[in-house]
Amino acid sequence: MSPLTEQQAKEYWRRNVSLMVKLMVIWFVVSFGCGILLFDFLNQIQIGGYKLGFWFAQQGSIYTFVVLIFYYARKMAALDIEFGVEEE
Amino acid sequence: MDLQTLSYIFVGATFALYLGIAVWARAGSTKDFYIAGGGVHPVANGMATAADWMSAASFISMAGMISFMGYGGSVFLMGWTGGYVILAMLLAPYLRKYGKFTVPEFIGDRFYSRTARVVAVICLILCSVTYVIGQMKGVGVAFSRFLEVEYATGLFVGMVIVFFYAVLGGMKGITYTQIAQYCVLILAYTIPAIFISLQLTGNPVPQLGLGSTIAGSEVYLLDMLDRIVVDLGFKQYTTDVRLSTLNMFAYTMSLMIGTAGLPHVIIRFFTVPKVKDARSSAGWALVFIAILYTTAPAVGAMARLNLILTIEPEQDEYLVYAERPQWFKNWETTGLLKYEDLNGDGLIQYSADPAVNDMVKIDNDIMVLANPEIAKLPNWVIALVAAGGLAAALSTAAGLLLAIASAISHDLLKGMIAPNITEKQELLASRVAMAFAILGAGYLGLNPPGFAAGTVALAFGLAASSIFPALMMGIFSDRVNKEGAIAGMVAGISVTLFYVFQHKGIMFIPGTSFLGDMQPNWFLGIEPNAFGVVGAIVNFAVAAAVTSVTAAPPASVRELVDHIRIPAGAGTANDH
Repeated sequence: MSPLTEQQAKEYWRRNVSLMVKLMVIWFVVSFGCGILLFDFLNQIQIGGYKLGFWFAQQGSIYTFVVLIFYYARKMAALDIEFGVEEE
Repeated sequence: MDLQTLSYIFVGATFALYLGIAVWARAGSTKDFYIAGGGVHPVANGMATAADWMSAASFISMAGMISFMGYGGSVFLMGWTGGYVILAMLLAPYLRKYGKFTVPEFIGDRFYSRTARVVAVICLILCSVTYVIGQMKGVGVAFSRFLEVEYATGLFVGMVIVFFYAVLGGMKGITYTQIAQYCVLILAYTIPAIFISLQLTGNPVPQLGLGSTIAGSEVYLLDMLDRIVVDLGFKQYTTDVRLSTLNMFAYTMSLMIGTAGLPHVIIRFFTVPKVKDARSSAGWALVFIAILYTTAPAVGAMARLNLILTIEPEQDEYLVYAERPQWFKNWETTGLLKYEDLNGDGLIQYSADPAVNDMVKIDNDIMVLANPEIAKLPNWVIALVAAGGLAAALSTAAGLLLAIASAISHDLLKGMIAPNITEKQELLASRVAMAFAILGAGYLGLNPPGFAAGTVALAFGLAASSIFPALMMGIFSDRVNKEGAIAGMVAGISVTLFYVFQHKGIMFIPGTSFLGDMQPNWFLGIEPNAFGVVGAIVNFAVAAAVTSVTAAPPASVRELVDHIRIPAGAGTANDH
């Protein structure tokens, strides 16, 4: 059974969802945004041999995804401890 | 040493390793068999997930597709990695907390319905079987090209190997074999890429090489490639949009949510000890996947450049056909490369214009498999690629077969037909189911149905439109009821199948598309392979509509949803 009161459980879930939403916005912006919708615009910028839009589509979005997952895992581990719901 | 001997040594050594693991990691309980005992370290699970996930399509075909699609190929790169963000945040931790063995089991419990569980089993089997055929084909092709044995013999050897470690060890055997397979396939992928990047740009890191200048010049590699392909009449490599921006958007989204909904990937997250580990393990999986996926665009671009420079060393100076290199001849015999001297001048002209182009066929798959030969790399590198391709195909096949076998033995047999069997009997049943799944997959690999070519893409569409929405609604809503979930799954998968079959023929048999080929009428210009996201939207909409007019779910569902949202008290996965 949940060690949290109903109020606490709601708060824990609210904080989880708000973190999730923030990170999913970044997920959307780097892939669908920079890699597809803003592709032509960003391609005006050149970094080394890469046009920026092309770099996001084939490299940058993937690196960002990795960072997002580890950031989420770390933040959630801290949230679990704050609410005392971490596992033994 | 000649190439064939080296290939035998490399492939033989890796197979001996997989068999050794099979003997060492036998399953003693159903928990071992279904979820490897639930004690797999998150980093190890990440590596196994990466091998599970990266199939013959990722290893052999993807760089080739990027090679010919240029920027348009980005849909695979973003689509097949972005799904892990969804998995890590929206699915894996909660399903791990729930702590059962299979995906249909969660759907059946959350929607308090055996019918929902059966519908989920059908969706799972549909998408896993279509997927596994592609892997079996990959095994047969790799064997026949590199070891020069019959396609059927190659397939049979592959089946025997998988049989050993999957039937003996279940998920436990598969997990440890996949870790070994990951190491083999990633070495096999990156070593040639490093060599080629060094040759072309002087930079050993392919991800940086792709953005560098050609060695000994001031010209950027991508600019040179852009110029050359435009000269040949193709679209500019770095800006070649796949059909339309909306289509690329839909394609990427379909692959992302399809990835997140594939049962053989999801069950890998049931094997870690804690909810916390399920989150970080998705991160590790993506790290291991990203090593290949960020190398692939470099392989694609560099292979295209090397291919063109072989055929056309200087502008408008073409290679004489009689002087073509050995790899060209080898691949001609496989039928994956075809030359026709259209103007009878004995030269190899390569062009986007079909009236001039002598290279009538260049199969996507050649770009990875022949890449080391085109770049004149040593034979041991080429042999390594053979072992890597086999590792990629076998590891994914084993994961898919486990998902199928556990759906049959755990969801159908133990869950419905004979709930009273003992654990020992269930373990035996799961082994028998696995054996039959391997035989079935082998049969389909030998006699691929006409639709085999389009199957991997179809699997993503099916997972995206059926399983993914059901899981999302199960976790994020306590209102959606069984009527809604069942109607949603059926509607989502039907719409997707209908659209794909309409445009590609019923079961992909040409000429049976019932309204005729109507590419100009594609819904919003979305190609069939990118349609999963539309199926998912239909699924969500139908589920919401049906839920709103039928009875609310019982109070126990509310408790279940509250339970999975909080990590404490997960224990390891079990079936009670």
